[in-house]
Amino acid sequence: MAEAQTSKSSLRWLVLALPLVAFLALTVFLLRGLFSDPTELSSALVGKPVPAFSLPDIYDTSTEHTEAVLKTGEPLLLNVWATWCPTCRAEHAFLNELAAQGIPIVGLNYKDDSRAKAVNWLNTLGDPYVVNLFDERGMVAIDFGVYGAPETFLINHEGEVVYRHVGDVNARNWSQLLAPMFQQLQQQAKAAAGERGGEQS
Amino acid sequence: MTTSALTSQPHSTWRQLFSSLFVSFSLVLVLALSSQAQAQVSLEQYKFDDPAQESLFRELINELRCPKCQNQTIADSDAPLAKDLRDRTYLMVKDGATKQQVVDYMVARYGDFAYYRPPVRTSTLVLWLGPLAVVLIGAAVVLWRVRSGSEEAQLSEAELAQLARLQTEKQDKSE
Repeated sequence: MAEAQTSKSSLRWLVLALPLVAFLALTVFLLRGLFSDPTELSSALVGKPVPAFSLPDIYDTSTEHTEAVLKTGEPLLLNVWATWCPTCRAEHAFLNELAAQGIPIVGLNYKDDSRAKAVNWLNTLGDPYVVNLFDERGMVAIDFGVYGAPETFLINHEGEVVYRHVGDVNARNWSQLLAPMFQQLQQQAKAAAGERGGEQS
Repeated sequence: MTTSALTSQPHSTWRQLFSSLFVSFSLVLVLALSSQAQAQVSLEQYKFDDPAQESLFRELINELRCPKCQNQTIADSDAPLAKDLRDRTYLMVKDGATKQQVVDYMVARYGDFAYYRPPVRTSTLVLWLGPLAVVLIGAAVVLWRVRSGSEEAQLSEAELAQLARLQTEKQDKSE
C-alpha cells in the first residue's frame, strides 16, 4: 500500500513537472528568437553560379554587361544599392575604403529613382565599383533573390555565389565575418590559378 | 472538505478553462479573418482572357510569401518588391506557366521561405508534425484527467466509510 502510494505520488510529480519543463523549453526557444534577425535569410543561390543577365552600364546605357563581369577568375563582391536607401549612403564610405584596398566590387544599382540621381551619387560620393550595372526595373535583382538594399554577395573566382550579406558592410562585420571568407576565396582562386599554370607548363 | 468537493472542483475549473479558451480562440479567428479582408491590394490591373489563368494567378499570389514584408503574401503586401513579384507571376501565368513552374521559379531565387507551403523535409518536419504532436499531447492530458477524475469519484460505500473512519482517527490523534 505504501509503495503504491509513493509510486503514485512520484508519478504525480512527474506529471506536474512536465508542463514546467515544456514551458522552460518554449521560453528558451522564444528567447533565442528575440535575438535572431528574421531578415537574415540565407540566399537560395549559395553554391550556385550567378544567374545570366544583360544590363546596361550606369554611365553609358549603350554599353551592355553580362554575367561575365562576375566571372573574372578573381573573387569579388556584388553590392546592391540605390540612392533611395539611407543605409547604402552609410555604407558607401566603407566601400570606397575597400576599393582603395584593391578589393573588386561590382555595383548593381537597384530600381533607383532615376539614372541621373545614381550617377550624381557616384560622382559626388566616389565610385568604389569596378563595373556599374543599372537594373532599372529590378528584374535581374529578382534573379539574384534580392529583397532590399543594401545587399552584398560574395562571389568566388568561378562566378558562384558563396554568401549573401543583408544590410550594410561596415568595418566591424567586414573584419569579423566577411574579410576571413573573402581571404579564403582569394586563396582558392590562387590555388586554382596555380593548378592551371601547372597544367600548362 | 467533503469527498464530493474534492472531485467536482477540478472538473469545473477545467470546464471554465476550456470555455474561456474557446471564446478567446473564436475572437482571434474573427479578428484574423476581418483583417485579412482589409489587407487585399488592388488587383484590377491584372487582366486575363482565360478565367482559369486568372484563378491560378489569384491562388499563386495568395500562397507566395513576400520576402521583404515577411508575414504577408505577395497579394497582401504593398511593398514594391511584392508588386514586382506579382508582375512576374502575372507574366509567367499569362505565358502559360503551370503552378509548379511559378513556385519553382520563386523558390529558386528566394528559397523555401518564398512559398507558404513548405516541403516535407527533415528540417521542416517539426512544422508538419508539431501541431499534430500538440493535439495528441492535449488529448492525452484530457483523457488522463478525465480518467483519474472518474476513478476518484467511483468510491464504493465501504471505501467511503473507511475514508471517514480514517479522517476521524487522524483528527483524534492530532488532538
